[in-house]
Amino acid sequence: MSGTKGLERQQIADRLAQEFQDGWIVNLGVGMPTMCSNTPIGDREIIYHSENGVIGYGPVLPAGQEDVHLVNAGGQNVSLNPGAAVVHHADSFAIIRSGRIDVTVLGIYEVACNGDFANWKVAGAKGGGIGGAMDLAACAKQVFVILEHATRDGKPRLLTKCALPVTARGVVTTVATNLGLFTPQGDAFLLREIAPGVTVDEVRAATGAPVMVSPTLKTIETL
Amino acid sequence: MARRSKIFGSFAEAVADIPDGSTIAFAGFAYPGVPFNLIQALLDQGAKGLTCITNGTGGAAPDRMPDIGMLVERGQVKKVIAAFTAPTRASDKIPLTKFVDEGLVEAELVPQGTLAERLRAAGAGIPAFYTPTAVGTELAEGRETRVFGGREYLLEHAMPVDVAFLRAWKADTAGNLLFRRSQRNFNPIMAMAAKLVIVEVEEDFVEAGAIDPDAVHTPGIFVQRMVKIPPAPEGLWPGRRPERAAPAKEKQS
Repeated sequence: MSGTKGLERQQIADRLAQEFQDGWIVNLGVGMPTMCSNTPIGDREIIYHSENGVIGYGPVLPAGQEDVHLVNAGGQNVSLNPGAAVVHHADSFAIIRSGRIDVTVLGIYEVACNGDFANWKVAGAKGGGIGGAMDLAACAKQVFVILEHATRDGKPRLLTKCALPVTARGVVTTVATNLGLFTPQGDAFLLREIAPGVTVDEVRAATGAPVMVSPTLKTIETL
Repeated sequence: MARRSKIFGSFAEAVADIPDGSTIAFAGFAYPGVPFNLIQALLDQGAKGLTCITNGTGGAAPDRMPDIGMLVERGQVKKVIAAFTAPTRASDKIPLTKFVDEGLVEAELVPQGTLAERLRAAGAGIPAFYTPTAVGTELAEGRETRVFGGREYLLEHAMPVDVAFLRAWKADTAGNLLFRRSQRNFNPIMAMAAKLVIVEVEEDFVEAGAIDPDAVHTPGIFVQRMVKIPPAPEGLWPGRRPERAAPAKEKQS
């Protein structure tokens, strides 16, 4: 993370996890999204679902306390919350396709202000890694994406149009990056909250699409 | 009344007659439910021209557990059907990539839920179905779609399997299986999609009747062969995967 401005990875996940509403069923993808299950959720009841059929998992367990039969989507050994259940893969995706997931949080390569996003195929590759992302993106009630605002060599990842092959079209409702929290608005990203120590000009300079600033712009409160 | 025993004495014996050209489904998601011992036996057995159905093909570390990538490296694989046919990070390398790039192995990339449902359909006597997944993406280009209730869906076909390799927690002598926690994943649906089901079992076999019929995850009618996993080091008992020690590196599940 050296050289990047704004929030650390866990802080981005923490901010996004504040968006989860009481009673939601939330699916967390591989990478930064799974960090959301480490965020304290207070009085809210959040049910975390994982593609491999786990319904109601909790934080990642410390070394030495792992259950080798139990992992989340990222292969991390997680815990189960009271009331948890396990189903097989076809039933797990039946839950997804039937629209029962309130939000899926996905780690991605690119997002466009029209709500398209890309996270399965890098430039020049013959194959790809889709996992459950296409099912989730097509069927969850909302799609939140979480990513570093720029690539390692400084190119923007929030764009007017995705350059990489898309995972789904027009589905993203919230974007969380190290620089801020955004809503895709069709022809621009609406900046709703900004990371501490970051300016609007810096956000605009790092974004490959127009950025509108919310009249109620706030600074992100870190936990 | 004599019941023909489904219990085999070794993994080698259980996979001995798998012919070249078979379509084999490998259960598992990350480590739980992966039939490592059966994969090792298939590496030793040497069947070629295989079509491998799997969530992912495994990692790249030289000291890793047996995986589909090793079957690829041994030249045993004609085609891979998976939800991951390349690493999700460009900087990561998996053995499959080189073989696909050189045209030696065909790779069919399938969204995970579609993979699961194609297997489920095969095991349920359903030849095809429509799904909203992948509509509007590169995967749907040139393929049949149909609109139901104003929404576009993509036609997908059932995925029948010759042989399924499973890993279960407990089994009785009738072949009734129990899986523990997320070990279940693809195991039950791959069992139902296959003509021949071979299971590696973690706990000692119990007598038929010792598992409550209401608790059975996969009924014994789907299971033909079972082998008890011997204690380590003879048997393969994964704990944590080595590459997971570095938290930023997790991928490929």
